[in-house]
Amino acid sequence: MDLSYSAEEQAFRDDVRDFLTTKLPEDLRDKVRDGGELNKADMERWHAILNAQGWLAPNWPKSFGGAEWNAVQRHIFEEEAAAHHAPRIVPFGLSMLAPVLQKFGSQEQCDYWLPRILSGEDWWCQGYSEPGAGSDLASLKTTAVKDGDHYIVNGQKTWTTLGQHANMIFCLVRTDKDVKQQEGISFLLIDMDTPGVEVRPIVLLDGGAEVNEVWFTDVKVPVENLVGEENKGWTYAKYLLTHERTNIAGVGFSQAGLTRVRRIAKSEMSGGKPLIENPHFAARLAQVEIDLKAMATTNLRIVSKAAAGTAPGVESSMLKVKGTIIRQEINDLARRAAGAYAMPFASEALEGSNAGLPDPSGAGPVASQYFNNRKLSIFGGSNEIQRGIIAKVTMGG
Amino acid sequence: MNFDLTEERQMLQDTLRRFLRERYDTATRNKIIESASGMSDDIWGQLAELGVIGALFTEEQGGFGGAGFDLAVVFEELGRAGVVEPMLDTAVLAGGLVADLGDESQQALVEEVIGGAMQMAFAHGEPSSRYDLNRVQATAKAEGDEIVLNGHKAVVVNAEAAQMLVVSARESGNIGDTDGISLFVLPADTKGITIQGYALLAGGRAAEVMLDDVRLPASARLGAAGKAFDAIEARVAAASVAQCAETLGAMETATHLTKEYLGTRKQFGRPIGTFQALAHRMSDLLIEMEQARSAVINAAGHLESARGERERQVSAAKNLMGRAGRLVAEDSIQMHGGIAMTQEYELAHIAKRIVMADHRFGDTDHHLERYIALAAA
Repeated sequence: MDLSYSAEEQAFRDDVRDFLTTKLPEDLRDKVRDGGELNKADMERWHAILNAQGWLAPNWPKSFGGAEWNAVQRHIFEEEAAAHHAPRIVPFGLSMLAPVLQKFGSQEQCDYWLPRILSGEDWWCQGYSEPGAGSDLASLKTTAVKDGDHYIVNGQKTWTTLGQHANMIFCLVRTDKDVKQQEGISFLLIDMDTPGVEVRPIVLLDGGAEVNEVWFTDVKVPVENLVGEENKGWTYAKYLLTHERTNIAGVGFSQAGLTRVRRIAKSEMSGGKPLIENPHFAARLAQVEIDLKAMATTNLRIVSKAAAGTAPGVESSMLKVKGTIIRQEINDLARRAAGAYAMPFASEALEGSNAGLPDPSGAGPVASQYFNNRKLSIFGGSNEIQRGIIAKVTMGG
Repeated sequence: MNFDLTEERQMLQDTLRRFLRERYDTATRNKIIESASGMSDDIWGQLAELGVIGALFTEEQGGFGGAGFDLAVVFEELGRAGVVEPMLDTAVLAGGLVADLGDESQQALVEEVIGGAMQMAFAHGEPSSRYDLNRVQATAKAEGDEIVLNGHKAVVVNAEAAQMLVVSARESGNIGDTDGISLFVLPADTKGITIQGYALLAGGRAAEVMLDDVRLPASARLGAAGKAFDAIEARVAAASVAQCAETLGAMETATHLTKEYLGTRKQFGRPIGTFQALAHRMSDLLIEMEQARSAVINAAGHLESARGERERQVSAAKNLMGRAGRLVAEDSIQMHGGIAMTQEYELAHIAKRIVMADHRFGDTDHHLERYIALAAA
């Protein structure tokens, strides 16, 4: 048992810190730190900086242009990136589609699509959920019918994050209705500029529209855009979901969130003293810190196992549940700390809409973030679904 | 013991509930929220016509109610429908303070409020006061026959729409003293007042109100010089009861929507409410709803009690509603899934109302500490 990083790991961390200190643009850092909204250009800029460094695709093999970091290195990077208020990397192409292509796609597909992900030429989004298929994803109804050298796609996807920026979408579609649900699903890559594709924004409760509905009406998709085999899409989707969960604990986000809560609570006054000195508030803060410290170690234990080659199973479901509970608790503390100044409508989604808003505690859109992050326990397999998985795996229910 | 509403209150509840059900749906409210004023004059006029504002004042004040249970009945319905119009600010807070403290000429304002012609706001909180009612830093200084106000009032709800403001300022003593605080009622366009407005997350609008050498005649003072604290505390108690009832109404809507959704939304071939994990969660919410209703009844029923008892009950209710409200809002969203987070779905607004109520008149922590202090006193 050794709780410290090895000399190599520490050297790596120093490199990461050095990079973040020198290469992360100040305006992006400030935006992330203060809860501002990142626009498309912001995200593309950070994408390009990481690509230039060769760190854009930490989990890809070197042969595909990735950094091929091990799990501990990836963890260090994620933790440092969050602590330095670096923008989050848009994951859809890099860490969701790419692993599927690398494992199940053809050589031609890898050669064509992967470089375009790195260069930023393609912006991918994910076409999984449907209005009737949320937690029960396998009941999805969007159909793809083969017609010569094309599929004809009809149906609707929803909750498509950042779909408004995307030119490509990877979709789960039904290619066989007459078999068990999971056995009639295929994994299809669709150009969003194809006639018949329509993107409609969904306005969320914080006023932002980061998610969309995507409608398909007789959309022609070339058969070479099928990944792997027809009707094997469910296997690929499950593989993708385990990748979606590699950083599911969000330890770095929570640490950055706590720093922010402390900052607000130091400037917010309560009874003539900074709120952070209020015993009741301090107790709440300490409670979350204690939970987070333990979870960070749980995360490292699982990460080390993964680094040794054991794929995390039920542990990733556990990290998802605990990680989201902690992140949401920190969001709750942040809005609590801001007091009456949490009431103004300062949405991170509506950049500049409330310019000049009085904000003595520097709290920013804490209440909007609190509401927005209710999504954490809903998406990527809700916490109820995760608990079901844990129960099934550990008790065989 | 009798927990039934009186006939008059029952009638008021039925009338108001019917009116709002017919006139105040999600799309209507979203349009009102997005409008420049953040409120509907039409709705306001009709609420006045229905007697809703009059029910918030006693007979001596020109109304026909004004007791804790009158406030509770009205605000539970306003909360159930997610009404964003500033009833709490114009009628209960500012209007109520004028009714409680005003001399004969000032009382004339109350009549206008009850008739629906007058909007008011209570400018009391300050950037560093947080939830303490006694931390008044704004100053009022006598200069000859005049009074000069200076200071910064924070997150003043309804300040932009208000024709008249009720402003607190310190005439003597130090920040934190209950003694020395005075109230003034003045036109919102008085020279020296700057109002910087903004929308609120849960609907409605508020503003920072800057007071720069605002000159008033001494007749603008409400009640005795330096002696306004008790009246402020009592009015904030009334507003807290109203707000707790409003939150209760909103929680009723949240649990109603959730129950319906659990019965109709199917996943894995069956209604999701048949999954025990969700059914038990729903049961927990319903248990908390009963707690919340009782907390509101306790506070409303003690609004006319002596100060110590009244304030303990109010702090108990605010603490419980903050906790139960958060649970109901968060679990209702969770059990719905993504749909609950979309602006066009009723629960999105209702959940914001429930949670943001904890940021006015003191949050769960503030009232827990206050309850302990009051119990020890």
